Amino acid sequence: MRWHTKLQMRIAMLFKRGQAASRLDDELRFHLDRQIAENLAAGMSAEEARYAALQSFGNPALLREQARATWSWTWLELLSHDICYAVRTLIKTPGFAIIAILVMALGIGANVAMFTIVRAVLLKPLPFKDPGNLVRLYEQSSDGKFPFNDSAGGVFAEWKQQNKSFSDMALAGYAGYNLSGAGDQLPEGVRAGVFSANFLPMLGVQPALGRNFTEDEDKPSANPTVMLSWGLWKRRFGGNPAILNQTILLNAKPYTVVGVLPAWFAYPNAAVQLWTPIYQNEPHDEITAIDSHDFLAIGRLKPGVRSAQAMADLTLITRRLHNQHLDDPFVSISATSRPLLDSLVGNIRTPLYVLLAATGCVLLIACLNVANLLVARAAARKKEHAIRTAMGGGRLRLLRQQLMESLVLSSAGGTVGLLLATGVIRWFVSTRPEMVRVETIHMDGVVAVFAAALIVLCAIFAGLISAFSNNGGQILATLQESSRANSAGQSRARLRAALLSLEVGLTVMLLIGAGLLMKSYARLRSSDLGCTTQNVLKMDLTLPVARYSQQAQRDSFFDTLLEKVRNTSGVKAAGFVFPVVPGDGYGGDNGFEIVGRPPLPQGKQQYAMHRWADSGYFGAIGIPILRGHTFDDNQKPGHATEAIISQEFARVTFPGEDPIGKQLRSNGPGVFTIVGVVGDTRFDASEPPRPMMYFPLDATDDMNGAVLVVHSDRDVTQFAIPIQRIVAEMDRDLPVSDVLTMDQVVGKNTMDASFDATLLLVFAALSLVLAAVGLFGVLSYIVAQRTSEIGIRIALGARREQVLRKLLLDGLRPALFGLALGLAASVGAARLIQSMLYATQPLDPAVFAVVSAMLLLVAALACLVPAWRASRLDPMQALRTE
Amino acid sequence: MGKPNDLVQGTLDLLILKTLRLEPMHGWAIGKRIQQVSGEVLQVQQGSLYPALHRLEQQGWIKAKWAESETGRQAKFYSLTAAGRKQLESETANWARLSAAIDLIVDEA
Repeated sequence: MRWHTKLQMRIAMLFKRGQAASRLDDELRFHLDRQIAENLAAGMSAEEARYAALQSFGNPALLREQARATWSWTWLELLSHDICYAVRTLIKTPGFAIIAILVMALGIGANVAMFTIVRAVLLKPLPFKDPGNLVRLYEQSSDGKFPFNDSAGGVFAEWKQQNKSFSDMALAGYAGYNLSGAGDQLPEGVRAGVFSANFLPMLGVQPALGRNFTEDEDKPSANPTVMLSWGLWKRRFGGNPAILNQTILLNAKPYTVVGVLPAWFAYPNAAVQLWTPIYQNEPHDEITAIDSHDFLAIGRLKPGVRSAQAMADLTLITRRLHNQHLDDPFVSISATSRPLLDSLVGNIRTPLYVLLAATGCVLLIACLNVANLLVARAAARKKEHAIRTAMGGGRLRLLRQQLMESLVLSSAGGTVGLLLATGVIRWFVSTRPEMVRVETIHMDGVVAVFAAALIVLCAIFAGLISAFSNNGGQILATLQESSRANSAGQSRARLRAALLSLEVGLTVMLLIGAGLLMKSYARLRSSDLGCTTQNVLKMDLTLPVARYSQQAQRDSFFDTLLEKVRNTSGVKAAGFVFPVVPGDGYGGDNGFEIVGRPPLPQGKQQYAMHRWADSGYFGAIGIPILRGHTFDDNQKPGHATEAIISQEFARVTFPGEDPIGKQLRSNGPGVFTIVGVVGDTRFDASEPPRPMMYFPLDATDDMNGAVLVVHSDRDVTQFAIPIQRIVAEMDRDLPVSDVLTMDQVVGKNTMDASFDATLLLVFAALSLVLAAVGLFGVLSYIVAQRTSEIGIRIALGARREQVLRKLLLDGLRPALFGLALGLAASVGAARLIQSMLYATQPLDPAVFAVVSAMLLLVAALACLVPAWRASRLDPMQALRTE
Repeated sequence: MGKPNDLVQGTLDLLILKTLRLEPMHGWAIGKRIQQVSGEVLQVQQGSLYPALHRLEQQGWIKAKWAESETGRQAKFYSLTAAGRKQLESETANWARLSAAIDLIVDEA
């Protein structure tokens, strides 16, 4: 037979099975008729002929099956038969099916969502050419306290020129501009990035439209050029390609648009909306400084060069530079690096993996729960299974059917779970838009394969456990068994109790993790920033250099604005600070020296965080003035000579002395007299306060922005719009950005901790519900098994309370065992989340105690209902039950 | 045939293929022919015949067609394919070799 005829036959066998089956019937009937005809011809009567023919024919059903067994695709037929059977039996018990499907959906959905996130953020390589060679370069400070410092422009220039290990190196940084509106568009403060002209080529990134900067455009003398982000181009310029080679106004200066970057490009972070060339944009002395660490350096290793080698190379260069400038303690002493991916996602690695592990626990709990349900179901159908085995259904066939049932449940649950996962991912992306690489999160083929694998694994896990619970050989015993003897039931009850202990153990682990994270978050949230956080509003203003080039213009703007704001009714106090309020970031630091003290030994550093503020700032934001007084308003603008220090500064630099009246020098030749000491503030809720020095707002002449701080005694949010309107009246083209209350600033600062803690709490709560439901189910099952036994006890005189107590203990036993398991496991696992905890020990006894108590309480409540019902049994009823 | 044993399936295939060498036949006729030609010694049970016929069809050594039988009713006629002819030759050779070997042992004194 030719191969194509054979193929045709195979396909026909697949699709025309019904036809083939009826043809087989015809064939066999023809044979039977011929046999009958032969018998009649031999002389038998009609009935005898038929009887003899049938006898010699054998069992027609068996014959049909034997013939059919030789057909191809029988495995498919069996499979579809099993699936139909499983679906039918599940539809008959809709309650069980729905619960099992929902539980599976929860477990699989959470897992798939978390896997998608982890894979996209942590595991997928960066979308650049050969991302394995890309490293982020850092400098290490000479006192060793900052091993991963940003780069100084001058040091980078030396690296680039002298290195032998890198095929290319590029520099990048952050910036911010006021983007003027065209026509009646409002002006907007945008976050921007700056990078060198070789940055995009080094990464292998092509602009979506237009072109990259040329080397000539990356020079200080060049005409300003800019590249837009895809989002900004679509949103603000209507996605119109005509914007290329047009100019836009940034900080009131015209910049020519040369290109638009693709939608997925988000370096250094997703908030950046446009990029300008770094050497064209940055002031000369900042880009050539060797002690001011402002920029991000990235390098591409030469093929075959290891990063350790490359770092040795760069360290040599750095040390040479350091030794040439021994008088400047802020010149770094060596170079360090991290792979580029690591530098971006390194510090969210642990939280994401913890969340992934938590979803793994939830999935395991869900599988155990469904396995428990399936065991109960198998117990209810053991007579049916025994009969089927007795009639010739092999054990393997039964096992296959049970697995098929759990596969159907798992698939249905998995499908619902996938829908759930899509929703969860969308919610995650919308709640954490600032997270690194959040724009890469979406589901793809690998996620689908992972989901399918999970479905199969869960089906096998749950199905095998329940099939395991079948007692194979004792068919006769099962068939004969009256409801009074239940030796088989006991082993199943033990299996269910064991499954439940595991569930409870996992739940305890999740609860303890959630408890620790919640405690840590509460501590973080309540940590004092050092200022008032209630009813204080802040907003950022930047005055574009082009229109406010003179110091006098800026001072007059700030003064007028302050006066207008202070005169607004309801405003109690207002002030300015630069660059940030407490809790909103590091804000920068600088070296200083105290006049009249011997100079520090060479190489020793003395630095403090720096801020600029007006006289009303401390009062507006509630920083207490501990000694002395605030800045004197009568100082001549531009000739400020006062400084204020924080308490930590005084403690470290002036131990035992009165700092008032002492003088310090920092960042320039001017001498500042210390007139006051204020309370400490934190730049981050999880960091201790650091020494800080404050200078008057007009002390430097190159600052054109400030943060306005407003305090009122009523709800401060109602002042946001009126104050913005005041600003708009004074200068129509001046946008206001980052308008937040101090409460929101603290919230932003602690958002990571809050998010992780909340998510883990949700998982733990879900697991607790599942475990409680499981406990309820198991105890009800035990009670149902032992109904007659309980009835006998009560009839023989046992008191109801005794029965209640005994059953309660029986039900609580697996819970207690599980609690012990969970506590033991948590002792080990809690150490893994230590890096996420703030002011909380991983083995915090309070958390462990509360979790244990809560679990026991929930378990007791779950067991109470069936135990109470059992104790109320009417003994006559119980003894009569089937 | 007596109790089924390992030899039976292979030899039944041989018998069916040989019977179909001359002309196409339906299942009833094949069983009757084998009975006749063997002198009433071999009686093929339906339980072995039809599974064998369907298996041979799936393997491509015989092909089937529905046609009118001698009684006027529709019946399924099997006929040998080219591959089936080759299989018949190889099975015949096998059988000859096997039976000769058995004869040697049995004939030993």
